Amino acid sequence: MFTSRLRLLAMALLTASTAAACVTINIYFPAAAAEKAADRIIDEVWQAREAGKAGKASQPAAGADSATAAQPEE
Amino acid sequence: MRMKPVATPSSARLRQLALLAALLCGAALFQPAVVQAQGNLEINTPAIASLRSSMQSRHAQLAPLYASGAIGLAADGSIALRDAAAVPLAQRAGVNNLVAAENADRSALYREVARANQHPEWEADIRNTFATRWIERAPAGWWVQRGGQWTQK
Repeated sequence: MFTSRLRLLAMALLTASTAAACVTINIYFPAAAAEKAADRIIDEVWQAREAGKAGKASQPAAGADSATAAQPEE
Repeated sequence: MRMKPVATPSSARLRQLALLAALLCGAALFQPAVVQAQGNLEINTPAIASLRSSMQSRHAQLAPLYASGAIGLAADGSIALRDAAAVPLAQRAGVNNLVAAENADRSALYREVARANQHPEWEADIRNTFATRWIERAPAGWWVQRGGQWTQK
């Protein structure tokens, strides 16, 4: 009787520690790594700015409709 | 009168169980260290690559709108039309389309980065991280949203 109660306690401990393992893995968010990843993507997206300006000469001359002509006149 | 159990078969099994529990606790403690040691998030998937290139090519059209203050970087990681008057009436529909398309790509990007790292539940954290970085890295003259207010960098 004494040992069976102890065994129950051990089982409870085991379950609790397994649950703790799951919670630990799910809560953790790698903030520094996410910041690095964001910077890499932002670099790539915004780097295109100069290239975009250079490529403006090859703008399609067709249709002065509002959907394609998005830039304000300069 | 009580008998003291001395190394009965059941107490041996009990010791085994306790050892197993201790091992599991140890594994739980070491898990985050392993993830952190990798140091990088996965961003090289086909879905993310196509979003990056789509946003990159759209940026050529967005750049003059950021500079004129017509659009700004919002606090939630999206972009917003903040001064419609800065856009000639005839071009407003086009600008609205650009903003909508950019925001759709951005939302998809945040979702895909979370998914690529097997943690879809990180999407909101990733969006917040991007929101901060877009705003911090915006060049002088662009408009950004801070504490609910639009300010010019």
